[in-house]
Amino acid sequence: MADRPDQATSKGSNKPALQLHVPEPKYRPGDKADFSYLAISEPGAQQRPDEVCHPSETIGLTQDLIRVLGDDNLPHGPWDPKLDAETLRTMLRNFAMVRAFDARMYRGQRQGKTSFYMKCTGEEATSISAAMALASDDMVFPSYRQQGILIMRGYPLVEMINQIYSNRGDKLKGRQLPIMYSSRDHSFFSISGNLATQTPQAVGWAMASAIKEGSRIAATWVGEGSTAEGDFHSACTFAAVYNAPVILNVVNNQWAISSFSGFAGAERTTFAARAMGYGIAGLRVDGNDPLAVYAAERWAADRARANGGPTLIEHFTYRAEGHSTSDDPSAYRSAHEGDEWPLGDPVNRLKKHLIALGEWDEERHAAMDLACAEEVKAATKEAEKNGILGHGLHHPFHTMFEDVFEELPWHLEEQAAQAIHEREVKWPEGRAR
Amino acid sequence: MAGGQGPMTMQEIKGHAPVITQDTRRLNMIEAINDALAIMLERDPDVIILGEDVGYFGGVFRATAGLQDKFGKTRVFDTPISECGIIGVAVGMGAYGLRPVPEIQFADYIYPGLDQLISEAARLRYRSAGEYIAPLTVRSPFGGGIFGGQTHSQSPEALFTHVSGLKTVIPSTPHDAKGLLISAIEDNDPVIFFEPKRIYNGPFSGFYDRPVEPWKRHRDSQVPEGYYKIPLGKARLVTEGEALTVLTYGTMVHVAEAVCADKGVDAEILDLRTLVPLDIEAIEASVAKTGRCLIVHEATRTSGFGAELSALVTERCFYHLEAPVERVTGFDTPYPHSLEWAYFPGPVRLGEAIDKILSE
Repeated sequence: MADRPDQATSKGSNKPALQLHVPEPKYRPGDKADFSYLAISEPGAQQRPDEVCHPSETIGLTQDLIRVLGDDNLPHGPWDPKLDAETLRTMLRNFAMVRAFDARMYRGQRQGKTSFYMKCTGEEATSISAAMALASDDMVFPSYRQQGILIMRGYPLVEMINQIYSNRGDKLKGRQLPIMYSSRDHSFFSISGNLATQTPQAVGWAMASAIKEGSRIAATWVGEGSTAEGDFHSACTFAAVYNAPVILNVVNNQWAISSFSGFAGAERTTFAARAMGYGIAGLRVDGNDPLAVYAAERWAADRARANGGPTLIEHFTYRAEGHSTSDDPSAYRSAHEGDEWPLGDPVNRLKKHLIALGEWDEERHAAMDLACAEEVKAATKEAEKNGILGHGLHHPFHTMFEDVFEELPWHLEEQAAQAIHEREVKWPEGRAR
Repeated sequence: MAGGQGPMTMQEIKGHAPVITQDTRRLNMIEAINDALAIMLERDPDVIILGEDVGYFGGVFRATAGLQDKFGKTRVFDTPISECGIIGVAVGMGAYGLRPVPEIQFADYIYPGLDQLISEAARLRYRSAGEYIAPLTVRSPFGGGIFGGQTHSQSPEALFTHVSGLKTVIPSTPHDAKGLLISAIEDNDPVIFFEPKRIYNGPFSGFYDRPVEPWKRHRDSQVPEGYYKIPLGKARLVTEGEALTVLTYGTMVHVAEAVCADKGVDAEILDLRTLVPLDIEAIEASVAKTGRCLIVHEATRTSGFGAELSALVTERCFYHLEAPVERVTGFDTPYPHSLEWAYFPGPVRLGEAIDKILSE
């Protein structure tokens, strides 16, 4: 019979019994978190190879952690991107704006204004600092937690909120789950919601740019958990085979909903180390160090632009909040982890750096936070004029059937007529159109 | 040639004895596909071809033979063995503005690329409200009759017709293969283009024990030179008749034609050519005329596209029907190797179904 396992065991034989390893995170709810086991390298101690080096020269950097900002809040070593104070203040303001935006949208979801929201708290540098190192028209293929890129590229907050509310102002016509933005004008690809599918697409876009002998490169972001998808393997393979001008950003925030990074293989090696198997450059960077993230991303961008090929960057960071508004992380991880995270908070670190440079102070910081909160509040009020989810101010029924194809075929026309008929039956007076 | 704008009349549909205004050549289906690809590579610098073995070698069925040599390695190139990667990068290329024509070597291999097709290519226009599109044409040989066993014989078209946002096209002649493929490449939506590999080199009557007929003796191997299109969503009237309507596509068009001719049945055979969007007007007009409907496909029966056709005919033509709609299909088993002809919906299965539907 083949419908039951082989009953033979190693009992009574001299062969050792085989054991299945099921990964378990170090800390669960109630445990005191202690990250002293993590090898946190000295800021400035990592060598910086030439951008067009052979991929194998990055092998050490796939195991190390590129860090720039020290405990003295000053930059160290060859990876210091030497950004001027104005650029650093712009970065800090983008951080503050995303944080203010996240706070208000999270609250909006709790108040019933929309169905869903996802914050990026603690991971702001991995999108904002990285995107600042790219050209503004480099094409980005984000995952779902890179709202910082849109904000950094100047996408209007009102547009973001319209999308989150799925209201009649939503230029995606209320079709997508909140935060699944798209903005071609900002070289920001449509977010899928299916995980890692954007990674081969970014590679394909980069291949097209090379086929057409263009100058724009592509960058994609994917969570460490989603690197387990076949798409990511395809992306790395194609990127390597065609030497595509693409940057593969792996945001290792330690948690994929309730599954710790061990379920994507983190107990065995780093995510950056995967680059070596494909023969592409790999960097592992302190994702909470805005200067290190910027420097790594710029290195990879310069490499891609010089036809040096792809780079895989692991951003080592921590998801300070739940996966989404639908998640309760206290059910599966220690509440102390966030406080104990040894790499700190990117906003604080950048703020302290600017203060150490004599280019910032607490008063200005408090005023900036207030101004960001006010700006988000004003944008929210503006967006609410277009309605909130479930309150009738949606796009017309017929739009449900548009854009399935370029032109409406007969069967969708028939179904659109049915949907409109149903509305007329339910609301004969024509309200709530 | 039939075509043009607006719904076709029966007269137009049957006008397949093509009004040929261009010079023609006799081509088999592979040559016709190769010709369409060469023409589109020449006309549109954004068209590129990628897939396993399609480059230097020219494809395992020779559909891309000579194209890399003519158009260069960055227009026609080999890929890693990764259908997910092939479709995935093609979606990204489409977002850039290219018109990729990926080849999936056998339809049976397409499943690792399904997420990229179903959740990505098919939805991109919708989810981005038209900001990004995926104008891919995924070419893939499908169907059995070549002793390919269960991984080189499948007909998975119903999986794709079930997906909103995909068009599914299946030619049955060299003439149509070229015109439909050019339309598919120029279409701004993702198109699945299934090529019935049993009839690459000649139409197949279903009588596997008879000599193989090459395309050169078939009227539809007259392929116009140069650029021409056959619109997607339009069926072709293969034979005009009064006794019953046969709805079919791909290899089975030729099997149905041969069986009806053998039996002397005055059948009206419609080659659907495009399954989505479907030419419902041609179907309705024909069934209204004959009052009997037989549906024939090689794919497995349960939830096959024949089920959709049967439902549509019943919903829309019920009062014209004089007999229950019949389906002739492959069996609901994997495609067997040694028992291929026992599996294949051949003349016996078709003949009995025709007898049954005509006896009602």
